Amino acid sequence: MSSSSIGYGFVLGALICAAFGGVVGLTAGMLRRDAGFVWVRRAAYAFFGCMLLANLTMVQALVRHDFSVSYVAQVGSRATPLVFTVVSLWSALEGSILFWGVILGIYLLAFTLTHRKDQPQAMSLSIGTMLLVATFFAFLIAGPANPFGTVSPPPPDGPGPNPLLQNHVLMIIHPPMLYLGYVGMTVPFGVAVAALLRGEISEAWMAPLRKWTLIAWGFLSVGITLGSWWAYAVLGWGGYWAWDPVENASFLPWLTATAFIHSTMVQERKRMLRAWTMTLALATFLLTLLGTFMTRSGVFNSVHSFTQSDIGPTFLVFIGITLLASLGLLAVRGPVLAAQEGLQSPLSREATILVNNLLFVAITFTVLLGTLWPVVNDALRGVRVSVGEPYFNTMAVPGGLAVLFLMGVGPALPWGASEPGAVVRQLGVPMLAGGLVTAICVAFGLRGGLPLLTFGLAGFAMAVTLRELFLPARVRMAEKKEGPLTAMVRSAQRARRRFGGYIVHIGVIAVFAGVAASSSYRQHLTGTLRQGDGKTLTLGGYTLALKEIVNGQEPHRTFTATRLLVTAPSGATQEIAPRMNFYERSTDPIPTPAVRTRAHEDLYVSLLAVNEAGDSASFNVWIFPLVAWIWGSLPFIVIGSLIAAWPSSRRSGQRAGGAVALPAGEGQSGGAAQGAA
Amino acid sequence: MNTQTKNRLYALGALAAAGAALAYVAMSRLSDNLVYYYTPSEVRAKGEAATQGTVRLGGIVKPGSIVWDEAHTHLAFEVADNHQAGASTLKVSAKEIPPQMFRDGIGVLVEGAYVPPDSFTSQRLIVKHSNEYKPPKDGEKPSLTTAQGVSEP
Repeated sequence: MSSSSIGYGFVLGALICAAFGGVVGLTAGMLRRDAGFVWVRRAAYAFFGCMLLANLTMVQALVRHDFSVSYVAQVGSRATPLVFTVVSLWSALEGSILFWGVILGIYLLAFTLTHRKDQPQAMSLSIGTMLLVATFFAFLIAGPANPFGTVSPPPPDGPGPNPLLQNHVLMIIHPPMLYLGYVGMTVPFGVAVAALLRGEISEAWMAPLRKWTLIAWGFLSVGITLGSWWAYAVLGWGGYWAWDPVENASFLPWLTATAFIHSTMVQERKRMLRAWTMTLALATFLLTLLGTFMTRSGVFNSVHSFTQSDIGPTFLVFIGITLLASLGLLAVRGPVLAAQEGLQSPLSREATILVNNLLFVAITFTVLLGTLWPVVNDALRGVRVSVGEPYFNTMAVPGGLAVLFLMGVGPALPWGASEPGAVVRQLGVPMLAGGLVTAICVAFGLRGGLPLLTFGLAGFAMAVTLRELFLPARVRMAEKKEGPLTAMVRSAQRARRRFGGYIVHIGVIAVFAGVAASSSYRQHLTGTLRQGDGKTLTLGGYTLALKEIVNGQEPHRTFTATRLLVTAPSGATQEIAPRMNFYERSTDPIPTPAVRTRAHEDLYVSLLAVNEAGDSASFNVWIFPLVAWIWGSLPFIVIGSLIAAWPSSRRSGQRAGGAVALPAGEGQSGGAAQGAA
Repeated sequence: MNTQTKNRLYALGALAAAGAALAYVAMSRLSDNLVYYYTPSEVRAKGEAATQGTVRLGGIVKPGSIVWDEAHTHLAFEVADNHQAGASTLKVSAKEIPPQMFRDGIGVLVEGAYVPPDSFTSQRLIVKHSNEYKPPKDGEKPSLTTAQGVSEP
């Protein structure tokens, strides 16, 4: 049998399993029967198995260069190195949807295994809903986006994957991370829909909802950050974020998921914001669908005259059904979701989280508006426009700075209510720290209101974060005479989500500083250097001298490289080699900029053009202060998310600690409550 | 009407007002920052109306029209609607080094401003080469505008 028919068979198997499990799960859950759960579990495992085998079949076909498989004929090439052949699984539409399927399978497997002993009806509904989503994607793979078409006769060789995607090693890790984030949002969606269907909003639902959102959020954050790094390292235009529809597609669900993670804390402690929290969970999933539609359907690329695919209409129908079902559920369950407590005081942690949520939603709205506007314009008025970056920047920057400010205020305020005097005492020292950071920046000659404000707020937020991070441990050291390390580990174990959250906050503050510095204080120069004439380019204390221009050949590409001698302001010298790669598939050169990274700034050199004689080369040279801090946030985001989402070994203890509202004063001095506990 | 209902109404009113304000600001910012895609003949037909805001001028580099002054980093060329002789053109003036693939007859997107009657000042020059090139559909990244030899001034 051919790879095509074997692979397609697995896809059909997955489709049948998903549809069967979805129907059984929803029926059993709604009829309140426990008996169906075993079949739902089996269907989930079988869906995972089929998807895994379908993906392995495709990888095998890619590696064996079996060009009778349509997807292999589309993206395969005998010259492509093995590792890029394997990752070309996700280098084009059909393969990436197939890959999407196996990730959904992994999540279904993990969720089902984790919760197999939980309440059967609840889990039947949750897993059933996820399996219905899986049915849709399996249908896409089996129909409009089938990668297992047959090509007869098979061509001797293929074009290879998109050059942009095989030009950098980040392409191996960035898409899976993004997919794990994107697809992961299906799990909280399933749980939220199940809870709404049953009309029960209890801790039994909220605990898995929180945990799985956190897991997907962690992957999504890493995926977005790696994506911006990839753009910076590969595209050669000296930026990492351009408010492109594809970038916005990943940013929108991140915004609502972040809002959810915060509002769920209020929901947990104060029985407020319940309808709101559920809305955010559903909206996040809808935005991942919209994002996928935006990036896959070809609608958004139309102004660039690229090919379109057939999945657009199918996707729109699915988004419409999901949207209507979500709105209907929220409307029907409105009474159940009504808040049972009111806001006691604007000087409380829940009030800052409420404002934080409104800001996140406002940013989501403006980004969504700017992203969809060109499509709306094209459809309604037939006018081709794009929305310039200044729109996004002017709309998002004030909101972002307000979020940064709240990141400092929120953790310092207690749940419930507090006295204005106590607030001043809590915030006094951090405010001073923020002022000090600004003063130091001014003393070092930095100017500009916006970046200085950002650095000041970052200093303020960092001071609060570090205090809240270490205070519980310090209290333990004082009261229980524990060593610093023991106290740190124990305090982290006692309030794992909060501890992890603050570590993530450190990473986010670093991103703010990196973005502000690199966009406000960047320096740029374009210039031409001729071989042998001894002239140099100078920018910000760096001197660049051209040593030679080399043309070369590698199995899957040819390249033009330049060797430059860089003299840094410190006097240190280093050789860098910005180059252009030429792939057979595309006549456009793919730039590979050279970056000299230091903690305080990057020197970024991109080869712009080489003349026909091959003796002179033009360069784009940038200096980006603190830009590495943006990717430097990755360890904080990863470690923080891991700590917050790590399965608890003392499950019952953790449940009680997390679910039951602690005394109202707990937040103000987390340490005191922790120490006493 | 009890206090709680009243408070809730106040909160809803405040939210609605804030939402309306946000929508208003967003819409006005949006219209200030729209970038229009035109061909040379469309720009000429619009006349003065095309001088408002940023324009992305799309077309091909008219063969034989490129003048590159390396000493002053000044690039001049003409953008034509299409490859046909007699197609409508505009004179483009750019202060930047031509990107690698820039040459006679190649597709370009020039971002900048229209200077009536027949000139265009470039702020950004994007070479738009092969039509057989496929987008990185896998869901990643700009590709479209930036990968293909953008040079920013």
